[in-house]
Amino acid sequence: MLNKGKAFKYGDNVDTDVIIPARYLNTSDHAELAKHCMEDIDADFVNNVRCGDIIVATKNFGCGSSREHAPIAIKASGISCVIASTFARIFYRNAFNTGLPILECDEAAARIEAGDEVEVNFATGEIRNITKNETYQAEPFPEFIQKIINCDGLVNYVKENI
Amino acid sequence: MGMTMTQKILAAHAGLKEVKAGQFIEADLDIVLGNDVTTPVAINEFKRMGAKGVFDKKKVVIVPDHFTPNKDIKAAEQCKRIREFAVSEDIENYFEVGQMGIEHVLLPEKGIVTAGDLVIGADSHTCTYGALGAFSTGIGSTDMAAGMARGKAWFKVPTAIKFDLRGEMTKWVSGKDVILHIIGMLGVDGALYKSMEFMGEGLKNLTMDDRLAMANMAIEAGAKNGIFMVDDKTIAFLKEAGDKPYTVYAPDPDADYDETYIIELGKIRPTVSFPHLPDNTRIIDEVGDVKIDQVVIGSCTNGRMEDMRIAASILKGRQVAKNLRVIIFPGTQKVYLQCINEGLARIFVEAGAVFSTPTCGPCLGGHMGILAAGERAIATTNRNFVGRMGHPESEVYLSSPAVAAASALTGKISNPELL
Repeated sequence: MLNKGKAFKYGDNVDTDVIIPARYLNTSDHAELAKHCMEDIDADFVNNVRCGDIIVATKNFGCGSSREHAPIAIKASGISCVIASTFARIFYRNAFNTGLPILECDEAAARIEAGDEVEVNFATGEIRNITKNETYQAEPFPEFIQKIINCDGLVNYVKENI
Repeated sequence: MGMTMTQKILAAHAGLKEVKAGQFIEADLDIVLGNDVTTPVAINEFKRMGAKGVFDKKKVVIVPDHFTPNKDIKAAEQCKRIREFAVSEDIENYFEVGQMGIEHVLLPEKGIVTAGDLVIGADSHTCTYGALGAFSTGIGSTDMAAGMARGKAWFKVPTAIKFDLRGEMTKWVSGKDVILHIIGMLGVDGALYKSMEFMGEGLKNLTMDDRLAMANMAIEAGAKNGIFMVDDKTIAFLKEAGDKPYTVYAPDPDADYDETYIIELGKIRPTVSFPHLPDNTRIIDEVGDVKIDQVVIGSCTNGRMEDMRIAASILKGRQVAKNLRVIIFPGTQKVYLQCINEGLARIFVEAGAVFSTPTCGPCLGGHMGILAAGERAIATTNRNFVGRMGHPESEVYLSSPAVAAASALTGKISNPELL
């Protein structure tokens, strides 16, 4: 599966409070959550994001709260994939469980800049920076997690194993 | 190679004699927890999974504590949904406003979690119960839904960092200062995907409330869980809380730890985390002149009886600084009542502080103490991210109850030793 989009670039420790502030957690409506995605770190994000765009950050993306509203808001905003050098562990689980594609790749996290045109191949983990004409290879997922990804999230995985 | 405490609990719950770091396992759950923010999402996913009902009505715990008493209509609707779910599923441990408390203060107090348990909770501070010798970790709503449906969850067996605690803390230093010191040392991702295991001869000098505050903030170093060796204090605490059978897991003598840190408790100073990350710590002697607009004492980190007593001992017979808002919220109804019985409620009110019903409200910028742009708070809570307590241009400084109470008297971040 190939996806192409423009990169939004953030730094270390992007926490769940800036991804979706707690003041909006009195709803679990996906579209409503998407309206406030990244609001406290990038007020223009919701106006600029287009379907298929990509978030790129450095280390510990998604640290903080267990709120699944964070990957839900990102996915519902149109973002197709988050690339970071590392993810906080609850966000990592939540992303797979809710079907938000994420990739761990130090080189991509370091090299990709805001606005770069990026193409991601989820099957191979190959990340192509069209703007800079560079290619980076993401870490492969452990087999168990790949099973959940193949089911498009934990709900379908559980359906098959209930 | 031997196993850590965490690995032993995971192995026992996966029906395996041994597990190794990096291994994927499926483990049986003793408790599945959710709150009013995360449970509504879990209910949606639970239904989508086609679950017929919860795996065990005694093992699912639901505590509406974040936006309760309901802060607005949307929050009321979320709480109504979880109440209806709790009734239809006959959940025994559903705690309504009036009987509830902040989940991570409530569950240990009620004896719902015990040593050797495996607990998942759709709240990142679920790691608190490691203080009791349980494996306990935060997960999201979909994992909660799967846990409610199947009584099982998947885990990657973590490696661990060992903390060898030695000596004794000085007066006005508490478990909160110890964990802020450790987070400052490791960084907010210093224990990413790992266990933090606490042991050593200094353990006997930490009260259970110290340990609960420390385990609570393991997540702020990125850890999967924090866990303490079980000792006489733990057993006494568990027996007072209830009669749930417990199992004690000690690490094997040849357990493999990625790193070992010796923590000299006597050398730790009162510590403050500056905005906007918990690892941005400074000792009280290096804080400088930081004026504040609000003081918050309470939360799942520091809303226990000992925290209330420390705050009261400083505020007794004194007045909070002019134009400063001081909000004190005990962790549970039991703590609330004990504050009344011991005369602490009177001390707080006479000092000029708000004394509130239990709620997570102010800690996450939900309600009951939101900050305006440019305002600063010192709080005994656990996070000081951008916008955590309100406006994205406000600031939160994290500290112990002693430092927060001392600051309440002066209107700036203050050292309780100098009062």
